[in-house]
Amino acid sequence: MAADWREPMTAAIEIAEVWKRFNRAGRDVDALQAISLTIQANEFVAILGPSGCGKSTLLNMVAGFDHPTSGAVRVNGEAVTAPSPRRGVVFQESALFPWCSVLDNVTFGARQQKRRPAEYLPKAAAILEQVGLSAFAAHYPAELSGGMKQRVGLARVLLMAPQVLLMDEPFGALDAQTRSLMQELLLEVWERNRQTVLFVTHDIDEALLLADIVYIMTARPGRIKAVLSIDLPRPRTVAVTTLPGFSEMKTQIRALIRDEAVRASTEV
Amino acid sequence: MDWLPEGIVPSPEAVARSWRTWIFGAATRSLSPYSGTWSGAVLHSAERVIEGFGLATLIGVPLGLLIGWSRRTSDLVDPTIQLFRPVPITAWIPFALAFFGIYDASAIFLVALGAFFPIVVNATQGARDIDILLLRAGRMMGASRAVELRSIVFPAAMPSIFTGLRLGVGVSWTAVIISEMVAVKSGLGYALWDAYYVGRMDICVATMISFGLLGFLSDRLILLCWRYAAPWRRIGASR
Ligand SMILES: Nc1ncnc2c1ncn2[C@@H]1O[C@H](COP(=O)(O)OP(=O)(O)OP(=O)(O)O)[C@@H](O)[C@H]1O
Ligand SMILES: [Mg+2]
Repeated sequence: MAADWREPMTAAIEIAEVWKRFNRAGRDVDALQAISLTIQANEFVAILGPSGCGKSTLLNMVAGFDHPTSGAVRVNGEAVTAPSPRRGVVFQESALFPWCSVLDNVTFGARQQKRRPAEYLPKAAAILEQVGLSAFAAHYPAELSGGMKQRVGLARVLLMAPQVLLMDEPFGALDAQTRSLMQELLLEVWERNRQTVLFVTHDIDEALLLADIVYIMTARPGRIKAVLSIDLPRPRTVAVTTLPGFSEMKTQIRALIRDEAVRASTEV
Repeated sequence: MDWLPEGIVPSPEAVARSWRTWIFGAATRSLSPYSGTWSGAVLHSAERVIEGFGLATLIGVPLGLLIGWSRRTSDLVDPTIQLFRPVPITAWIPFALAFFGIYDASAIFLVALGAFFPIVVNATQGARDIDILLLRAGRMMGASRAVELRSIVFPAAMPSIFTGLRLGVGVSWTAVIISEMVAVKSGLGYALWDAYYVGRMDICVATMISFGLLGFLSDRLILLCWRYAAPWRRIGASR
């Protein structure tokens, strides 16, 4: 497995033998079993798996929202114990503050870090420009479409300039057109900053389009089934989905996860 | 209204006439207590409601948010609140009189106590119902515990808080009537009881309508504050 030959010292994210067991109605449920993976700095890594396989559970532990039953999660060599602005999270359901304007949502993190407005406001303006929301700075989240909300969710994390970016199916709730626009935006942003990204998805195309490395998970209990390096040229646009290599990899992944999807759908 | 016993239900004209005198008449206390004394009675009652309700809000909202947000505060305080909550406000009257005497303090205590429970319970619920994702988003951005309570839990609980305030102000008016009937010798509640004793049902009806108006107005006032306090809530609403 990939984790075995990677250099642990330089790892941006290191997940070592992580097990997660939930207790539901007195019954123990294994959500994750022996997950080990290592993500290098500036790598874009996708975790691909069927619904309920424990992708969010894994991401939550990297974020510090939850703790492994056993095993360790380290970010830049430091054990994760609690959420931190060094690990920015983009949630599936945006999780914006409804009572804050777009600008206030985006600058919330900067204000917590006691940064000076003179320093962060121009940066916030630049990021809003980049995600195409300059005209909406004074709007409330309720006035935005789903895609716009996710762009705010991305912008507020970008302003914090975290060491790693954790994204939990951030475009999962969007329609196909909006989703591919958001994917292009993310690629563009990523080319500019080359931040370390851990991106969770159940969409094969999305994983292939965005990531350098794709980890494929099994259905519950979640284990890592395979690791693929995606050698598509960068910078990428949605055009790479038409390359012959793309559909080859897609077929390969399909075969890998078909039996997993079947297994997941026959379980309760 | 012929089927109603004579003298119990006064005619609308009689009520209007008496009420008019009560409001605009010369305040010659020796002749009649119901001449020119209405605004004074309203002020007395309103003052007690404002003070009692204000006290209940100042204590109930922060306490409720703390209970709903912090497990430790909940374990510490919530059982006590749940123990006292079912005791009807009227059952507190002897205690209030013994403790505060026949003074304003008794009335304010009863009003505050009555308003406190709906306010604290709703604030608690509002804080408990918060979307965990909002808390996570805040923590992920480095919000301290204090910021989390003040800038995330508080605004998120705002709809519940205002529900509590609306219920609380209703209870406040009930409590002020009761306390003015038994604990103090002024205000609209006192006028209501006193008018009944001297057989002035016209004044009783005028007092009832006054209470209705005051209750309506205070509710509107809270709704106005709500709209002011939660401008984001106006987005997308067709009303
Ligand atoms: N707090 C919890 N208590 C009990 N069981 C949980 C809890 N959180 C998650 N689970 C279970 O753990 C498993 C993995 O859940 P998780 O949300 O990580 O899946 P997922 O891969 O993110 O799914 P999806 O793609 O649908 O978001 C599921 O079976 C879920 O029911
Ligand atoms: Mg999930």
